[in-house]
Amino acid sequence: MTETTDLYNMPDERGHFGPYGGLFVAETLIPAVEELNTAYQKYMTDADFMAELDKDFQHYVGRPSPLYHAERWSRELGGAQIYLKREDLNHTGAHKINNTIGQILLAKRMGKTRIIAETGAGQHGVATATVCARLGLECVVYMGAVDIARQALNVYRMQLLGATVVSVSSGSKTLKDALNEAIRDWVTNVDNTFYIIGTAAGPAPYPAMVRDFQSIIGREAKQQCLKQTGKLPNALVACIGGGSNAIGLFHPFINDAEVKMIGVEAAGDGIETGRHSAPLCAGRPGILHGNRTYLMEDDDGEIIETHSISAGLDYPGVGPEHSWLKDIGRAEYVSITDEEALEGFHALTKMEGIIPALESSHAMAYTLKLAPTMQQDDILIVNLSGRGDKDMHTMAEREGIKI
Amino acid sequence: MSRLTTKFAEFKKSGHKALIPFITAGDPTPDFTVPMMHAMVAAGADVIELGVPFSDPMADGPVIQRASERALAHKMSLRRTLAVVTEFRENNQETPVVLMGYANPVEAMGYTEFAKAAEQAGVDGVLTVDLPPEEAQECAGLLNQHNIDQIFLLAPNSSIDRIKKMDAVGSGFLYYVSVKGVTGAGHLDTSDVEKKLLDIRANTKLPVGIGFGIKDAETAQTIAGLGDAVVVGSALISKIEANLEAPATAKQEIIELLKSMRLAMDTQD
Repeated sequence: MTETTDLYNMPDERGHFGPYGGLFVAETLIPAVEELNTAYQKYMTDADFMAELDKDFQHYVGRPSPLYHAERWSRELGGAQIYLKREDLNHTGAHKINNTIGQILLAKRMGKTRIIAETGAGQHGVATATVCARLGLECVVYMGAVDIARQALNVYRMQLLGATVVSVSSGSKTLKDALNEAIRDWVTNVDNTFYIIGTAAGPAPYPAMVRDFQSIIGREAKQQCLKQTGKLPNALVACIGGGSNAIGLFHPFINDAEVKMIGVEAAGDGIETGRHSAPLCAGRPGILHGNRTYLMEDDDGEIIETHSISAGLDYPGVGPEHSWLKDIGRAEYVSITDEEALEGFHALTKMEGIIPALESSHAMAYTLKLAPTMQQDDILIVNLSGRGDKDMHTMAEREGIKI
Repeated sequence: MSRLTTKFAEFKKSGHKALIPFITAGDPTPDFTVPMMHAMVAAGADVIELGVPFSDPMADGPVIQRASERALAHKMSLRRTLAVVTEFRENNQETPVVLMGYANPVEAMGYTEFAKAAEQAGVDGVLTVDLPPEEAQECAGLLNQHNIDQIFLLAPNSSIDRIKKMDAVGSGFLYYVSVKGVTGAGHLDTSDVEKKLLDIRANTKLPVGIGFGIKDAETAQTIAGLGDAVVVGSALISKIEANLEAPATAKQEIIELLKSMRLAMDTQD
């Protein structure tokens, strides 16, 4: 074990992961985040709350999600044994609901009556609209106009669930602008509104809180891996937009220094073209959306537009804990282009009969590269963070097929 | 003593209420800003708040968001905003200038370099919307060393403890955001402002500027009766936006609105 992992206990009291994280919000939001932090600290150690969360995980989300040995794909690649953590089998089709279930239970205990959220691919929006429908709470989801066009199916799902989807046409009209607009809503309606942030980013306590809710992924994976193989995995792979599925898988393994952790960012058209969404691989630290973290920005500190085929990864920042894990060398961050992600998409679909989300396809594409370099008795856990149904139109259009 | 502190002490002595117009540097074009600043001073502005455009202005309503976008389209930046202040100072060494913006452009430039460059340019105060005192220690220390006040915000939901904290860390003046919301918000309830000001006054001796939602002379007059300064932004920028093809008209309309506010503020009942 290395010194850093032995000591790993992040964030500090004020929500800092080393220089990252923190509380960079306008004054009107300070009372709101303080109130949230108090509730989060209280309920994460409250037996009734945790029992209710566990019950919902089991009976509503469908947990534990399987850890599936992709035997045919492993054989085909001729290296590590590939195990898929099947977050795509959760209710609503992605890992996002682990977090929305947790946050809505907090909102309920805090007496909030109105829920807002931002969404990129629409998975978090759907997961939020779902838990709001279940509890009968008003739900408003902000979504970039560009994302609304490429994720029409999820927009319709949210509307069916009773949510109001607000199209955001400022800036790049994608996830970061949806976040801006959600923050503006929050500051305006701060008294009755709970903001369910969809990734492990934003002002403290969101990065730690979302991580804690998503860590069910890694806790289960660890137990399942030990049970099925008798040992810990050699490596973990997960895609990274904001990074909530990755931190959820990684966090329970951070102190197991022998387990490699690899986050896969979206290289879009290629890092060298500048048209990508890979702040950890090609950005630098800055302040956006309430936290200090790696960002894609120009020399003047203006945020630059990002690109990825996957709406869920199309974001110029990343959760602050990933920035810290990068700096201390505990996790490694790589990138996969749009083209490579498509190969990953097809590989899993054809080899295992599982259609992955375009976000998760980035992790699959990296698996294509990594698995063959590993030994046959090595174990590689790949987070299959979501299913690909929502991406059928994007894929068909990309391949010139009319549905 | 900083230019802001000196000015506010003078105003207090004479019972004068400060009028603080806000425009975004570089909106609608970079060459508009300096002449507009001089014209605003001539129309009765006591302090000028200059917006530093940012790609993601989370605390701003649509009017100032679009001002930022127009300025950025002309490559306005923090460095170029400082150049605007330098140019303004060639003909005005009296009127305090406060920069208002977001943390990331300052972070990208580096706090030390920014503090130095801002002092050289003649900046008197810096208000960074998303840099609350918890995260501002490094920056505030550097700014104070360079004779620049760090201006902090107070909101309708700020607790007494929070007001005390701002009193301890802030200087120049405190900026009371009169509504929960973004800049340019619709309804401002003056009786709410009046109540909150009692709490604020009881816990700070710093001058209090009030902004957000002040659109006309009548509201400016009422607010001037409560605070030490009235900040007006979106109402001015709306004039720019309504006259993008005719900047001279925008300038004239801004001057007229400020003059009417000045007159109303100077004729308290």
